[in-house]
Amino acid sequence: MRTLISALFIGLMSITSSQVMAASGGVHLDPVEIDLSDKASLQRGAKTFMNYCLSCHQASFMRYNRMAKDLGLTDAQVKENLMFASDKIGDTMTVAMRAEDAKKWFGVTPPDLSVISRARGTAWLNTYLRTFYLDEAKAMGTNNVVFKDVGMPHVLWQQQGYLSADAETGHLEHATKGELSTYDYNVMVADLVNFLAYIGEPSKIQRLELGKWVLLYLFLLFLVVYPMKKAFWKDIH
Amino acid sequence: MFASLMGWVDARFPATKMWEEHLSKYYAPKNFNFWYFFGSLAMLVLVLQIVTGIFLTMNYKPDAALAFASVEYIMRDVEWGWLIRYLHSTGASAFFIVIYLHMFRGLIYGSYKQPRELVWLFGMFLYMALMAEAFLGYLLPWGQMSFWGAQVIISLFGALPVVGESLALWIRGDFVVADATLNRFFAFHVIAVPLVILGLVVAHIIALHEVGSNNPDGVEIKKNKDKNGIPLDGIPFHPYYSVKDIVGVVVFLFIFSLILFYAPEFDGWFLEKDNFVPADALKTPEHIVPLWYFTPFYAILRAVPDKLMGVMAMGGAQGLLFLLPWLDRSPVKSIRYRGPYFRWALTLFIISFLALGYLGTQPATALYTNMARVFSIIYFAFFILMPFYTSIDKDKPVPERVTMK
Repeated sequence: MRTLISALFIGLMSITSSQVMAASGGVHLDPVEIDLSDKASLQRGAKTFMNYCLSCHQASFMRYNRMAKDLGLTDAQVKENLMFASDKIGDTMTVAMRAEDAKKWFGVTPPDLSVISRARGTAWLNTYLRTFYLDEAKAMGTNNVVFKDVGMPHVLWQQQGYLSADAETGHLEHATKGELSTYDYNVMVADLVNFLAYIGEPSKIQRLELGKWVLLYLFLLFLVVYPMKKAFWKDIH
Repeated sequence: MFASLMGWVDARFPATKMWEEHLSKYYAPKNFNFWYFFGSLAMLVLVLQIVTGIFLTMNYKPDAALAFASVEYIMRDVEWGWLIRYLHSTGASAFFIVIYLHMFRGLIYGSYKQPRELVWLFGMFLYMALMAEAFLGYLLPWGQMSFWGAQVIISLFGALPVVGESLALWIRGDFVVADATLNRFFAFHVIAVPLVILGLVVAHIIALHEVGSNNPDGVEIKKNKDKNGIPLDGIPFHPYYSVKDIVGVVVFLFIFSLILFYAPEFDGWFLEKDNFVPADALKTPEHIVPLWYFTPFYAILRAVPDKLMGVMAMGGAQGLLFLLPWLDRSPVKSIRYRGPYFRWALTLFIISFLALGYLGTQPATALYTNMARVFSIIYFAFFILMPFYTSIDKDKPVPERVTMK
């Protein structure tokens, strides 16, 4: 039911939508499947997020205990394995780095990631995280295909390795090998993007769950009110 | 028991009298069709917006430093906050969809024509108030589009000669959109404009019930009454149209819920992507787009090369709608009995309005700007030429009584 409805809507809207291309400056974006019911994926994404993102970036609207509940983890598990930046389970995901220091080091304060998936879109994030390439002109030594001259370094270089861009075609090739195969790295990024989509709107889980009951109720109500109208109107010609 | 209680009340307050005048003995034409659902649906959405709005204000902070985070707080930490917020944001777009369809009904069946000119005028003032309400409300989430949308629209006042810049400054309360602007927009959004809207709704309905409803045939049902003075083609609004409108409400809520629960952003049309980035006065978004319900007028604004002339064209595009009852010279109300000129003119007008709405969401390339110019000319021609083409049109004979098609 849910997939059917989403398919219907996506189909409807792709006819009118031209915003995907506009947002990426014409670069092709690789879509990624978002599945908030895939708790294993969300947990893997959370681990990557806590280890690699949540040292410079915050997710200051997202609480650890909310994440624990939605990802099927206990508070103790989260405290032990996923909480490096804070010690209270009811805290939001903030970092100690001061905004002015960050600005000095990276040229820009790393944005809060709470709703980044809703601002950028998941396809953009999925592409962004996989298209860092070597560029000696940049302070961090890397540049990005979808976010030109980005201040952020290639944080996941150990996993992906470094890519270099062909000067003419712009095609990306491995310059150094990473710890993960391309396939495994893509899975890692997909999980991370899935997690970012989750923290972008944690209540989406409840939203999708409640929606079908509301629709069912309205459908049943229709079966009552329509015959009622017919009955009242039978003498009107 | 109940009768004596009502008697006590009626001696002091016209409860039964009002019930009868507006519902149980308000005789509406029996031939209302699909297009007649949208008046009651507009009332429903208005109530929805007021109720959800009240709950939103309990947690929203009208403060430039806190506003964005307070909306996310509502979305995450407030019990059912996400539902209340999505009801309100989806409700805003739903309001305009319903109102546009309601206005379209008025256009095709000539509901603005004599003797319903004031119904139309109150309705047009309502539409203006609704646009103001939506514009004010859109600043409150304090995202990039909130900020820059307000910046662009307020700067339009700056185009007025002499007083322009001071007027824009006065509206903002600062040199750019800022905390002061947010605070006053909040005040206007939650109390000032809603009061105006409620007052106008009352006036709209009183005026309608004074003259009686039009219908798809554009026949005045009050011309044919039985010996008790009841229109032969009229039926009491309650229960006939109350039970019918309930069906409309359920169908509407089904579609509304589909969007609310499965696509509340509606792919960026109801909640724009850029509005998930907090307002930043130093970073102009690449592409500032107002929400879809303003885009036809935004396209007209951009189609005119001169800023002041553009603002005037935009105002004129709305102002001409007010004059409709006096521009239309045809004695026939309904499209069913109108001649070909009006039918063609209306078709072109609707195409232009939709096309302008689309173009207003797109970057203003040379091609698109030229297209917007063509459609703007058609938009204005619909009104300006109306006295001519409606007076020479080959209208068909109108039946004496309503038909049940």
